[in-house]
Amino acid sequence: MTAMRVRQAIVAALADEMRADENVIFFGEDVAEAEGPFKTSEGILEEFGPVRVRDTPISEMGFTGAAVGAAMMGLKPVVEIMFIEFLGVALDQVVTEGAKMRYLSNGTLSVPMTIRASVGSGLGFGCQHSQTLEHWFASTPGLKVLMPSDAQSAYSLLRAAIQDPDPVIVLEPRILYAERGEVDTSKVTKIGKASMRATGSDITIVALGHMVNIAEAAIKAAGVSADLVDLQTIIPWDRETVLASVKKTGRLIVVEEAPQSGGWGSEIVATVTAQLFSSLKSAPFRITTPDVPVPFNGGLEARFAPTSDDVARQIKHALSQSGAPQPWWVAEGVAK
Amino acid sequence: MTTSLERRNALYDNDLACYERMVEIREFEKITNALFAAGSIRGTTHLAVGQEALALGMATTLKPTDVIAGTYRSHALALAFGLTPHSVLGEIMGKATGCCGGVGGSMHMCDTSVGVLPTSAIIGGGMPIAAGAALAFQVQKSKNIGVALFGDGATNIGAFHESLNLAAIWKLPVVFVCDNNVYGEYSRINTTTPIDDLHIRAESYAMPHMAIDGMDIHAVRKGIGEAVDRARSGGGPTLVEAKTYRFSGHSRADQALYRPEGELEKWQKRDPLLVTEQDLIARKLITQDQIDQIKSTKEADLGALATKVESDPEPELSAMFSNIWTPAKAGK
Repeated sequence: MTAMRVRQAIVAALADEMRADENVIFFGEDVAEAEGPFKTSEGILEEFGPVRVRDTPISEMGFTGAAVGAAMMGLKPVVEIMFIEFLGVALDQVVTEGAKMRYLSNGTLSVPMTIRASVGSGLGFGCQHSQTLEHWFASTPGLKVLMPSDAQSAYSLLRAAIQDPDPVIVLEPRILYAERGEVDTSKVTKIGKASMRATGSDITIVALGHMVNIAEAAIKAAGVSADLVDLQTIIPWDRETVLASVKKTGRLIVVEEAPQSGGWGSEIVATVTAQLFSSLKSAPFRITTPDVPVPFNGGLEARFAPTSDDVARQIKHALSQSGAPQPWWVAEGVAK
Repeated sequence: MTTSLERRNALYDNDLACYERMVEIREFEKITNALFAAGSIRGTTHLAVGQEALALGMATTLKPTDVIAGTYRSHALALAFGLTPHSVLGEIMGKATGCCGGVGGSMHMCDTSVGVLPTSAIIGGGMPIAAGAALAFQVQKSKNIGVALFGDGATNIGAFHESLNLAAIWKLPVVFVCDNNVYGEYSRINTTTPIDDLHIRAESYAMPHMAIDGMDIHAVRKGIGEAVDRARSGGGPTLVEAKTYRFSGHSRADQALYRPEGELEKWQKRDPLLVTEQDLIARKLITQDQIDQIKSTKEADLGALATKVESDPEPELSAMFSNIWTPAKAGK
């Protein structure tokens, strides 16, 4: 075990994969000479050189598409998208080209490409640099979508992503880059497998990315015995682990830094409700962001993503009543 | 059974075989059009009548190990590069015998044995991919090159500019081939683009560029050959603009009533089949009787093929669940 920051765990995973496989190449904006705006590629250019590590122009469509083409020819490109929003201008290459190449080649081609992107609110970047947008990709067959919650999962998930034969998007909560944790570099996660952050008996909380940490604090604050499932992969998500947990606890809350409308948690609540209806003790529900852009003002932004206080309030509600609680903006009369 | 690679290899250094393939493409598109009109083909089709010389010129200048990312106007490219009429028509008709097993359709041809990457239904979609394939060849120190084939309309989309810029700064072994057939969907190029010679856009990227006569296979080979040599020898990318003409409408429903009077007739005098026939006759490689014979044989062969493909098996239901993700390896 080695103590490292999340951003260092990302560097370590990339470096370990580049050492293990010379087909791994890495490019993005300011990732080589400048070592990444978030210092997620420190020392990579120095160790692996300018053929395999490249700065790109500000052309996400161009270089993400180049990763698709290079991947089809046998390389394993890793590209960094500085802020997830920048993938908006490259969406064709991700959703309509990269995710379809295996299908449109009758299985003769695959696209072992990894896209890393920083995501999430909380740092005052405003509404065009603070979204998570995982639901954009979660409904695209052909992609795999991962999100780490700490240093260990940042390391293990990135290694799994690079080794995977299909296009994988790794969404990195920007707010966690400086967080420290212990990392066992022998651990490579299996894509599609959730991780249990905590185990308990009264309720199942499913969360992703930084919301796992929020949920963990909320469980502590609420003083309850809960299973905390760190989903890690949104597609394909770990139905087995989630269903087994809810079967045991009879209660489910999904905590998402995603909009109330169309977030990935709806899929989980729907699946659990359909499959375990008769064994549920209370209504499964989601704790999400409101359907609003991420506000810049610090006081407002602090209420945008689910907070540990509010998650604790809703956990207590779930344990005492059978119906779902109101979201905070309704409960507090701020919005409908 | 003849493989795609055998059909490709049969074209090199054989102008007569190239002419026969051009006739095959022409007759194939006629049959495609007829099958569509008869309701035997679903969805849409984009015919490449008039663009045969460019396809054959590229097929005989590139090696089968080079890769090309083309467009939804895909039938001529596929047949020229080696795909069998059976696998192309099978795909257009959604049959299990199609090159994509029937799940792709008319716009999506692919055969990696002859370097045909999945053709894209998105304008400009294949351009970054061709650059990326070239990036792989550069990193792998391979002598192969990537080619992007796209229409005139694509020169106005971001992917065109991003791909050219990226290829230029990284000196990628890629050739960008613009098939300027004068129309982007239903719009004449001069109504959407303020320049006539699209290849000059490469100036912005300090990239060599040229215009070629896309109706003459020899001119195509000469121009593409120069660009291919540059790419293969480490000299970086080139933008080649092939001046062609789309003899058909954009897609199935388009009668192309927007053409200026006399334009089609003017271009028909430069019909690539006609140009090639004149060349082969002048070189005493063919007679008019043989030309007539080739045309009637191809028409009959493809007619018989169409009848056969119509009764080919449909894909199994399981086909719609296949080839989306890579299956996990056994024991993993």
